[in-house]
Amino acid sequence: MNAIALLGARTLEVLRSFGHAAFFFADLVRAMPAAMRRFGLVVAQIHAIGNLSLVIILASGLAVGFVLALQMYYALVTYGATESLGLIVNLSLVRELGPVVAALLFAGRAGTSLTAEIGLMKAGEQIAAMEMMAVDTKSRVLAPRFIGGLVSMPLLAILFSAVGILGAYVVAVLLLGVDAGNFWSIMQSRVDVWRDVGNGVLKSFVFGIICTAVALYQGYETQATPEGVAYATTRTVVISSLSVLGMDFVLTALMFSTG
Amino acid sequence: MSKKGIETLVGLFVLLGFAGLVFLSLKAANLASFGTRDSYTVSARFDNIGGLKERSPVRSAGVTVGRVTSISLDSKMFQGLVTMELDKGVEFPVDSSAKILTSGLLGDQYIGIEPGYEEKVLASGDVIRQTQSAVVLENLIGQFLFSKAAEGGDADPQPAGGKK
Amino acid sequence: MRMPRRTTPAVSPAGTTRLKSDSLIEIDHVTFGYDASRAILKDVTLRFARGKVTSILGGSGCGKTTLLRLIGGSAEPSSGEVRFDGQRVDTHDREGMFRLRRRLGMLFQFGALFTDLSVFENVAFPLREHTDLPEAMIRDIVLMKLNAVGLRGAANLRISEVSGGMARRIALARAIALDPELIMYDEPFAGLDLISMGVAANLIRTLNDVTGATSLVVSHDVPECMAISDHVILMAPGRIVAQGTPSDLMNSTDPEVRQFVRGEPDGPVKFHYPARPLADDFDVRAEAAA
Repeated sequence: MNAIALLGARTLEVLRSFGHAAFFFADLVRAMPAAMRRFGLVVAQIHAIGNLSLVIILASGLAVGFVLALQMYYALVTYGATESLGLIVNLSLVRELGPVVAALLFAGRAGTSLTAEIGLMKAGEQIAAMEMMAVDTKSRVLAPRFIGGLVSMPLLAILFSAVGILGAYVVAVLLLGVDAGNFWSIMQSRVDVWRDVGNGVLKSFVFGIICTAVALYQGYETQATPEGVAYATTRTVVISSLSVLGMDFVLTALMFSTG
Repeated sequence: MSKKGIETLVGLFVLLGFAGLVFLSLKAANLASFGTRDSYTVSARFDNIGGLKERSPVRSAGVTVGRVTSISLDSKMFQGLVTMELDKGVEFPVDSSAKILTSGLLGDQYIGIEPGYEEKVLASGDVIRQTQSAVVLENLIGQFLFSKAAEGGDADPQPAGGKK
Repeated sequence: MRMPRRTTPAVSPAGTTRLKSDSLIEIDHVTFGYDASRAILKDVTLRFARGKVTSILGGSGCGKTTLLRLIGGSAEPSSGEVRFDGQRVDTHDREGMFRLRRRLGMLFQFGALFTDLSVFENVAFPLREHTDLPEAMIRDIVLMKLNAVGLRGAANLRISEVSGGMARRIALARAIALDPELIMYDEPFAGLDLISMGVAANLIRTLNDVTGATSLVVSHDVPECMAISDHVILMAPGRIVAQGTPSDLMNSTDPEVRQFVRGEPDGPVKFHYPARPLADDFDVRAEAAA
């Protein structure tokens, strides 16, 4: 009997925290217009979130492009279809790997830093002090970071894909001897801007919302102790990553299933 | 870091992102190949459009001259009505024919236009009269088996295999 | 120096000024607990006189910081009412809370300075957020406030470069940037050396007298508080033990008051946390002499 009561209590607790998170998200969205009026704050956050993630995104994109080209080459060479290498790499990146991997890296690099920053601000009573000075922390602290994440994530995903394709070009054409002309032309004729690139950008936009909102929420709700902050950053990465992968499945089914 | 410095870097970041988007759209996808040239619209009816899709290319002599813009069922004649956009610079005689062809062995399907002999050319809104539908695999197999059975019937009184 | 505010003064529509009562803050039969089972404050009633320095003393966990949070609107009482200048503090009324909070300044225990801004920017923060003053004026005001706490020379330091005592003084400069009517101090003396404590006590008293503000000091530091307060309130978990002038409390005969103000290790507040009898834990029995 106890186990059922416990399960019930846990379920209610989970529901309550979903509700709490939903309210938080609503407040965040409501605070966005006020934050846009303080554009300097938003710019500073785009720098902290986007610019500082560039190195890891570009490096990873290049690496993924290299590896994709190599692996796909070995798969295609048996069918004599190596000319389609560019096409395959492009579609893999632009539709899936770009948005998803960039989002996972984003959650790890920018998400945890947001969580830790907000968590420590809360622990050091900076949030309380600001509220006591009649400054709405949601619009001054949280919303600029949210907008920063929304703007940065699609750009990072695009750059990941672009750099990946260039990396694949280097490996395929310069190293493996695939014909350069075919590499680009087959890609150009089969990759559709709206369906493939556009949907990929849309995906990364959704992922940006998820990762940034989760990071901010975990930071805001953390316990003001070292363990609390460590736990919160872990939760940020885990929840962001799982949500991104889940949403990716849903979005892919929605976007790419109809012929 | 100074405010000006940060703003410059952010501007650079956003610019880089847009450059990436432009690269992906133009170099790595098909944005450049349509919407930039003027075009006119013609349509054609097919008994079976096979695997033709919207945005499938329209080619003549192998050169892409247009795109399929819409596919629908003509409910009066029960044929597939395909509307396509052709580049303005390319003109076809009114008796040209449109066939649904496959690029390569297992590739995508496209519309191939073979020019006719009339002097008058197709204008926007015209319909291509001569069409050849897509090859449907089942029909092909059925034909093959039928012809095989006919052959077998002449040469050897053996029971025919399964035919359509 | 008082400076122009953007708020409207307390003048009612008919043009007559509201008569100001003696007490700026009234705590009226307030009960409060962070969770429903344990009440930190039980039916507490208090008044804080305008223009005076009032200290709230008590051990840890007696609810003194909670009182500050209730006054500032960070928490809502489960029953009873908190009134600021005659108006009820309603945490759900955003406009009302906004106006209320612009009239008060709070000094947090460790300063709560914004670590990403410089000392100057920290003090300028309320000015930038709530006024449209030109940069030159803001600069002057900030330097004057820093001068009042003796840190005008530290204006360009980063927060990571200042010591604990300095941080608190900077936080004080920030708290008074808008010349508030009420200044609340949360443990201003905790962890300071004697000199810094003297400086802090002096600042609190002088500020109060010079600006005519009302000061609320929450602390467990008896000597400093007694030295600067007009009125002292002693609390124990959930209730008020005693209140009066500093000399009233210092000369009180109530054992609880005496234990606290004299710092006696044992008395009504027990030294030992409730535990089993010693004999049970150490397995000791009185042996009869052979």
